[in-house]
Amino acid sequence: MQDSNSVGIVTPQFVHIDKPLELKSGSTLSDYHLVYETYGRLNADRSNALLVCHALSGNHHVAGIYADKPKSTGWWDNMVGPGKPIDTDKFFVIGVNNLGGCHGSTGPASIDPSTNHPYGARFPLVTVEDWVETQAQLAEHLGIAQFAAVVGGSLGGMQALQWTLHYPEKVRHAVVIAAAAKLTAQNIAFNDVARQAILTDQDFYGGDYYAYNTVPRRGLRLARMLGHITYLSDHSMATKFGRDLRDGKFSFGYDVEFEIESYLRYQGDKFSDLFDANSYLLMTKALDYFDPANAYDGDLTAAFKVAKAGFLVLSFTTDWRFSPERSRDIVKALLKNNINVSYAEITSAHGHDSFLMNDAYYHQLVRAYMNNIKV
Amino acid sequence: MVTTTPSSTAAELRPDFAAIASWIKADSKILDLGCGDGALLKYLQQERHIFGYGVDIDDGNVLSCLKNGINVIQSDLETGLSGFADDAFDYVILSQTLQAMRRTERIIREMLRVGREGIVSFPNFGYWKNRLQVIRGHMPVSEALPYHWYDTPNIHLCTLGDFEDFCQQCDAKILERRVMQQDRQIRFLPNLMGKLAFYRFERQNKSPRPESRD
Repeated sequence: MQDSNSVGIVTPQFVHIDKPLELKSGSTLSDYHLVYETYGRLNADRSNALLVCHALSGNHHVAGIYADKPKSTGWWDNMVGPGKPIDTDKFFVIGVNNLGGCHGSTGPASIDPSTNHPYGARFPLVTVEDWVETQAQLAEHLGIAQFAAVVGGSLGGMQALQWTLHYPEKVRHAVVIAAAAKLTAQNIAFNDVARQAILTDQDFYGGDYYAYNTVPRRGLRLARMLGHITYLSDHSMATKFGRDLRDGKFSFGYDVEFEIESYLRYQGDKFSDLFDANSYLLMTKALDYFDPANAYDGDLTAAFKVAKAGFLVLSFTTDWRFSPERSRDIVKALLKNNINVSYAEITSAHGHDSFLMNDAYYHQLVRAYMNNIKV
Repeated sequence: MVTTTPSSTAAELRPDFAAIASWIKADSKILDLGCGDGALLKYLQQERHIFGYGVDIDDGNVLSCLKNGINVIQSDLETGLSGFADDAFDYVILSQTLQAMRRTERIIREMLRVGREGIVSFPNFGYWKNRLQVIRGHMPVSEALPYHWYDTPNIHLCTLGDFEDFCQQCDAKILERRVMQQDRQIRFLPNLMGKLAFYRFERQNKSPRPESRD
């Protein structure tokens, strides 16, 4: 579906980066490619570039549709477009698939040129810091010396934060939505259960399932089902599904009975057809590792000392995976550094997924903040 | 250094802003509690080159602040100021909000924790027109107190005398008081003639305080 203020038909582009990437893990990728999309036009001063960082299961296809796929609307099409809160008439918006992903950028499923087989288990773990470095390479390729803003939700918000720390001169504003400066033990625990589901699937083959012409579908499906539960709120599940039964009565068996079961299984199935299990593992580890305060004895305020950007930090009241408290930790550290920051706690029933939803107050806040960014 | 007096138009429009601005040193760091649409902070930015943040709970106000380009933190003042560090601000302002707060003493103590000085303004319940309405048998309704008894958010109205006693109780040392009636400063019988009261205060005892909770 294409609405009237969509960016319209878009085409992904590729860039090959042959500058070796030294990863935080210690390994090096000699070269890699990134798939990205852009919307709007880079202005003459090259001052209106805005990077959208994606979350765990997102990708470079932020807005618009593909000519040959009428149902291929970008994942943040309600936010990004002409006249939308992130207005492509004003900003030159870039979406990029993160390194290690499975939508076109080099990742575990890509062919390793040194073996002519998919990387699989040999693909190194990458971190939020590594992603920021690859995004900086893309910016250089596009001739962008400084972003007007880096924007992201969840894991994408972590990347926006990292941009302000790693390249304080290269980002004027950061919009950090439903994110955290580090995951809690509970959050890591959810990620590990998801990983265990994949790692213990007998079709996983130590990460080299490509060679066996199979995928750890059951594991990935379970991982997604679990994740999905944590992205919703108790309230939104109760409202959407309640205890509704598909056939109106119990069948006293283990097939789908409750609507919520049907929904989760559908989501799990759909996801396991589209996503690469190794990418999922890698992305969840990137989430777990992120902790910029760690290098400063846990002092987030010290970590933010270098930051120069202005910040908009947003959280959602029913988000228990990335709770408002985590956003307030970020805000507190920013305040202590006398950084320009605004924070809003948006009343929403939809849990973590709220950051993808079309909430009036949420979108008005982003719009208002974006309107005041000078380009 | 900004040495100009507040611009006449803005000062005429909001004499209460001008009164507060007259106490604010240039280039200071300010926290405005219950900041509304951020108009006071914007005014102080223009007149005093301040750097600051507003705090408000209301969605509409937070949005207005963003539209006005004012830093704002959406938070409930009733839960305290735990997001703010000790002595983080030169001034913490509570402009015409105290009377609507439930936890009155706590907010004054929190203001003194995070700021070197506090500034509070409130409608003076002892103003003669208010007294007159009470004598006539009705709760006062006026420009400064525009609500009826049944719809007012103002649950802790007080007079100048009440507030000064209260400051003692909160270990707040009053540094300066200004009483206004429209744009006029009232010096004669202020508790009777003054409509709006402004106080600037600091911690009574500047000696070390108990560790803050955060």
